[in-house]
Amino acid sequence: MHWEYVIPGYLAVFGSLAIYTVLLLRKARRLAAQVPPEKRRFLHD
Amino acid sequence: MLGVLSAVGVAALLLFGLILSPPDVAQADSVRLFYIHVPSAIVGLYLAFGVTCLGSIIHLRNGSVFWDLLAGAAAEIGVVFAGFTLVTGMLWGRPTWGVYWQWDPRLTSTSLSFLLFLGYLAVRRLDLDPAVRSKRAAILGIIGFLNLIIVRQSVQWWRSLHQGSTLNPVDAQIDGLMLFSFFLGLIALTSVFFWLLLHRFRVAWMEHQIEAASVTTALAARRSEAADYDGLAGNT
Amino acid sequence: MLRDAWLIASKDLRVEWSSKVLTGQVLPFGVLVLILFGFGISPDRRVVEAPERAVLEQVAPGLFWMAVLLSALLALGRSFAIESVDGNLDALKLTGLDPAGIFLGKGLAVWLELVALEVVLGAGAFLLYGAPLGHPGLLAVTVAATTTSVAAAGTLYAALASGLRVRDTLVPLLVLPVLAPVLLGATLATEAALFGPAGDGWPWAGFLGAFALLYLGAGILSFGPLLEET
Repeated sequence: MHWEYVIPGYLAVFGSLAIYTVLLLRKARRLAAQVPPEKRRFLHD
Repeated sequence: MLGVLSAVGVAALLLFGLILSPPDVAQADSVRLFYIHVPSAIVGLYLAFGVTCLGSIIHLRNGSVFWDLLAGAAAEIGVVFAGFTLVTGMLWGRPTWGVYWQWDPRLTSTSLSFLLFLGYLAVRRLDLDPAVRSKRAAILGIIGFLNLIIVRQSVQWWRSLHQGSTLNPVDAQIDGLMLFSFFLGLIALTSVFFWLLLHRFRVAWMEHQIEAASVTTALAARRSEAADYDGLAGNT
Repeated sequence: MLRDAWLIASKDLRVEWSSKVLTGQVLPFGVLVLILFGFGISPDRRVVEAPERAVLEQVAPGLFWMAVLLSALLALGRSFAIESVDGNLDALKLTGLDPAGIFLGKGLAVWLELVALEVVLGAGAFLLYGAPLGHPGLLAVTVAATTTSVAAAGTLYAALASGLRVRDTLVPLLVLPVLAPVLLGATLATEAALFGPAGDGWPWAGFLGAFALLYLGAGILSFGPLLEET
């Protein structure tokens, strides 16, 4: 019962979490290339 | 490491939340929304915005860039989690109360806190001198967190005058596996929060470095231009 | 500090008096909002549990405070708009006035402007919505505490957004969620003051007083760092 609310809820939450994570990681990758090498603290990966 | 923990936590939450835990006697399967709803409220509103408040205080005391960026990163993720709380809360409300929005004290105050910190994020994006912007954001972050508590209290009093407090899911007698799923949700979302915080902070830190580096190169370029100009002026 | 506050307040009030923006634009806007609320909530609609009363009369306190809040946003925008031209804010910092005094002064000017606004809008609400007045004492305390809350919190947030191109859109976004509990408390206290019993309203009046004090304190403490580098 009530699966019609549970499934959209889980999809919305974990779907947007996944999108947010992907966007964040892609931005991180793009920025990492621009940082001057001597400033690369906090950037271990 | 945190990333692995987060991924395992989320997978376990999906498994237990959706499949292994039994449906509630009164709420049937809609109780499954609580395994996300309550933890994301705790993590988003208190943990994330608490980090924002703490970072803001430290930034105002000693001007630390680290804590300022951390405060901003936590606020952004907090807003995302507050959004989760609202979505799951409304989806839970529809089968339980018959309407999406019941003016429930917690949901109402969560929506206000959500908007409050959207304003904070708007200030962080302003086109201002970074030091000025950070200072303004820090003041906003501290007052915003205090205000979040005021909002929650006042809305609680308001609704308790009009109706008995809405049924509290945690008070009810709870099956062991359901309790386990709830704590699993709390652990998984906390771990996701810290993992995202780390990455969001890293992005903010890199943006800060690039901004600083571009200012330095621009300065160097202007200096060399000025030197060229002086050189030319000297020759003629 | 208080002398500085008075200097700033009297300067702001003189500017407002000579520009007539407040009386000529903000005040008519508030009255307009009151009338438009009447369109939104039909005056003929009756309260279900008490058919002799109109819905409009029942919800008059909330509508009144909404109108005040919306007008206050304009007044707050004005308060810092007059400082943003010709580098006035820099000049203000160079005067060596106490930052806390500047905050209190700007807040006091807004406070006096709002009280004038509330007198007119209150009269309008009584005329248009026809609500009775049960407990004038509670109403006076509520108005004083609410106005202080709006002026203090509003001045602080308007200062945060001062000197920005997006100021006009940013101030409402920052101020309205913060003032939501004030609107709530003011509405409930005013409801009690109009329809009784007064005992329901006093706790909310106390809450409003505490909120006002909190934001006065926050403003006094944070105006120094706020003005320092802006």
